[in-house]
Amino acid sequence: MAEEKRILLGEDQPQPGAALTKALKMSPADVVFEVRESAIQGRGGAGFPVGIKWNLAGAASGANKMVLCNADEGEPGTFKDRVLIERFAWKLLEGMTIAGYGIGSHEGIIYLRAEYPYLIPVLQSAIRDMKEKNLLGSRILGTEFHFEIEVRSGAGAYVCGEETSLIESLEGKRGEPRNKPPFPVNSGYLGRPTIVNNVETFAAVPHIILGGAEWFQGLGAGKHAGTKLFSVSGDVGKPGVYELPMGSTIGELLELAEARDVQAVQVGGASGSTITPAEFGRTLAFGDLPPGGSVMVFGAGRNMLEVLESFMEFFVHESCGQCTPCREGNRRLLDVVESIAAGKVAGGAELKPFFQLAEIMRLGSKCGLGQTSSNCFVDIMNKFVQLPGGKEGV
Amino acid sequence: MPNISVTINGTSRSVREGVTILEACQIAGVEIPTLCYHPDLSLAGNCRMCLVEVEGWKTLAIACVTPVTPNMVIHTHSKKVRHARRTVLKLLLASHNVNCPECERNTNCELQALAEKHNITINEYQTSPKPVSFEEFSPGVMRDNSRCILCTRCVRTCEELQSVAVIKPIGRSSAVRISTFMDRGLNEVACTQCGQCINRCPTGALFETSEVRQVWEALEDPDKFVVCQTAPAVRVGIAEALGLPTDRSTGQMVAAIRGLGFDRVLDTDFTADLTIIEEGYELIGRLQKALLEGDASVKLPMMTSCSPGWIKFIEHKYPELLPNLSSCKSPQQMFGALAKTYLAKKEGVDPSKVVCVSIMPCTAKKFEKDRPEMNSSGYRDVDYVLTTRELASMIQEAGIDFRHIGEEKYDRWMGASTGAAVIFGATGGVMEAALRTAYEVVTGKEIPFNGLNVMPVRGMTGIKEAAVTMPEKMAHGYEFLAGATLKVAVAHGLANAKALMDRVAAGEADYHFIEIMACPGGCLGGGGQPIPTSPEIRLKRAEAIYQEDSALHYRKSHANPEVQLLYAEFLEKPLGHHSHELLHTHYTRRD
Repeated sequence: MAEEKRILLGEDQPQPGAALTKALKMSPADVVFEVRESAIQGRGGAGFPVGIKWNLAGAASGANKMVLCNADEGEPGTFKDRVLIERFAWKLLEGMTIAGYGIGSHEGIIYLRAEYPYLIPVLQSAIRDMKEKNLLGSRILGTEFHFEIEVRSGAGAYVCGEETSLIESLEGKRGEPRNKPPFPVNSGYLGRPTIVNNVETFAAVPHIILGGAEWFQGLGAGKHAGTKLFSVSGDVGKPGVYELPMGSTIGELLELAEARDVQAVQVGGASGSTITPAEFGRTLAFGDLPPGGSVMVFGAGRNMLEVLESFMEFFVHESCGQCTPCREGNRRLLDVVESIAAGKVAGGAELKPFFQLAEIMRLGSKCGLGQTSSNCFVDIMNKFVQLPGGKEGV
Repeated sequence: MPNISVTINGTSRSVREGVTILEACQIAGVEIPTLCYHPDLSLAGNCRMCLVEVEGWKTLAIACVTPVTPNMVIHTHSKKVRHARRTVLKLLLASHNVNCPECERNTNCELQALAEKHNITINEYQTSPKPVSFEEFSPGVMRDNSRCILCTRCVRTCEELQSVAVIKPIGRSSAVRISTFMDRGLNEVACTQCGQCINRCPTGALFETSEVRQVWEALEDPDKFVVCQTAPAVRVGIAEALGLPTDRSTGQMVAAIRGLGFDRVLDTDFTADLTIIEEGYELIGRLQKALLEGDASVKLPMMTSCSPGWIKFIEHKYPELLPNLSSCKSPQQMFGALAKTYLAKKEGVDPSKVVCVSIMPCTAKKFEKDRPEMNSSGYRDVDYVLTTRELASMIQEAGIDFRHIGEEKYDRWMGASTGAAVIFGATGGVMEAALRTAYEVVTGKEIPFNGLNVMPVRGMTGIKEAAVTMPEKMAHGYEFLAGATLKVAVAHGLANAKALMDRVAAGEADYHFIEIMACPGGCLGGGGQPIPTSPEIRLKRAEAIYQEDSALHYRKSHANPEVQLLYAEFLEKPLGHHSHELLHTHYTRRD
């Protein structure tokens, strides 16, 4: 029987400020070292090693370093950051403050999803509370360290979950990805060295500081570090947010959520992978199934072509339109999905150019949106959709 | 930066660390197709045409933005790269209005050229093209979004080179289009009509508001007396616009225009020389009032007013500095006012029958000629403005063999030119011409620069400064300037103009005289000039301009014999009654 391992969402939470108190007694370099040794990878979905990012920003030359929290939780089917903010906003703030201490920053901004306006007062009251406890603001806990956090709302663009678009948006510009290099750790918000981490990443930091790198690493299954939150939705008995050791199998998660008669599971949101029951032994971990957090379950009665059509409609709506493969490619993929639905595509040969298009979008788009938006097309077409003339020639 | 070793298509190359893959490939002679890249602009990396394969990378790299790193292994035409390029091209073509014969840029289009080079014949991604959407009321710059590939070269031009920033991408995904705030027309926003966006558009999405049809109709009307004026920079652009190497081709141009059927072929250079006289005396007058009489109401630095894009820019952005502008009309408008008064009288024709056509390197001139105040002759001073490109298209349509045509001379009365007028076409030229004349007026001696060449104001530096100290012995009446140092500045491109104006507005600049040209390089880089443009191309045109200056007999505006005759027979004296009526103007606040 699969079991949850609730650390981030557990009943037994540390005292607010305990981790920060411990961190401020360490050197900033030791704080970053601890995070690096914990082997935590970014919880937003890309999985970049957090300690390495902090190290780079800490070492970067440039004044007014920035700590940005990506709370633009926009991937379809994910709602775990919302739960974290609702219940444990203080942990996010404390994680950001520890990050600020580690990299030598005095300023943090939370970029909050436009659709979460009701979380603004939650965060603001948590900030006031932290300040009253002298865990935020000037001379934190009697030390020389000072750190401020500001909350800003996005304007409703999915692409602003991509870190450079998020930065552009924070600067008051159109939310579009930047070219890299330079990377944000060297030149991010207003050209300053900047780290951007997900809500869940920052929320894990106090646990890492208190429990130690080794303990955190040991939480995961096999070689994977820590626990991970998953938002489970769709055709399941118990939808909701689950916390499992990183590296658990998708089958274990589905068992907990009481999924029955499953046809397909979309793991990692619309831009993730679509898997069949034969793949339920695969692990939720970087390197296998994208563990960004969204797990959507489709029962046997669902028409997967309709699911694909709605995913593609989403990407056509959310592409920023800057680069050619993503702007034009998603539109063309939606066109062909609509043609299939209308019975106008006879066989695989007609689809071949669109599989090639999907591949070029993955290889040639500017940011993660365009590089992953064709995944669902490839997966669903390959695994779930039949054509009148068969799929030979794809 | 030290050199590093990279491998391009199997060949090891030593390149400077920090260069991009594109630059490394250019040095190695390996061609990489580009669309959003332009040598004048920042790197956008949005078209994805320049994708290359870098060994060890999970995705393809864009060559224009990615810097080389030591031991990078690059493939520029692997299977992946070839597929990616073809796919990107097909995607762009799929939603592009491919009605090429109807397009201004047919045969001079970067998208068309790439499609041909990559042999794109079948397009699996074909879809209905974007709807045709013409700009309806813009005087100089036209747009048709159905031809736009969203490379943002225009957006970057407007913002980075010109500090105008009136066009931006709006909407998102496949509905993105380049537009203005609230989708207003270009005539309703602070667009200066400079046309620099046209020069950098890879396709035909931007082009000039054409008056070719109206000019043909005037030429074909036997009742009309059609006179043509040619701006200084057109003579170094027209050959290029006809597909020939950059060269000065004044004589051939005059012959070709005459061949089109114009009744008189005259020179804007004539009124450029006249501008120098009027503006020179205006400057001396302002200096006299400010320095000798202590009149605090006199505004210095005085600023040139020849460039209509610049005028519209200052009217929008620095209306408080309008009193600093010279009251002189631009040479084009002085010409128009004189064509329908002085010239009509000299030629004995009814001024109502005179049609004045300008050939300009400029799109803002189309806006300028329509300014309501430009009718001091009693008629519309200038009727039609053609760009260098439009003239080239008429020459081609008429089947005139420009390459082999014999050189001809301008007609008389308003056709004489000096070298000083020719250099109006290059940044710093007005300043140099003004200094050649003004110095001589106030000192009685030639300006002490070798061969009259005022080198400090030449060249492509964005903002140039120079100082000329007057001798102790001055001409009669100008003793108040003895030993004074005249400080001048020159800026080209509106971003540079803005930087300079910010200093003037803040009271941090102690110049007496400033020349501003809206376009990078001056008129030779104008929005009506041949496409493409680049720093090298503009340098070549500048070289041709200065060659023309050196080759001319008269090199100082006040030596122009026809200008002398004009004063003797018609205007009487600089800044006189007639001058004020016909040659000077006022400005409009547009803030």
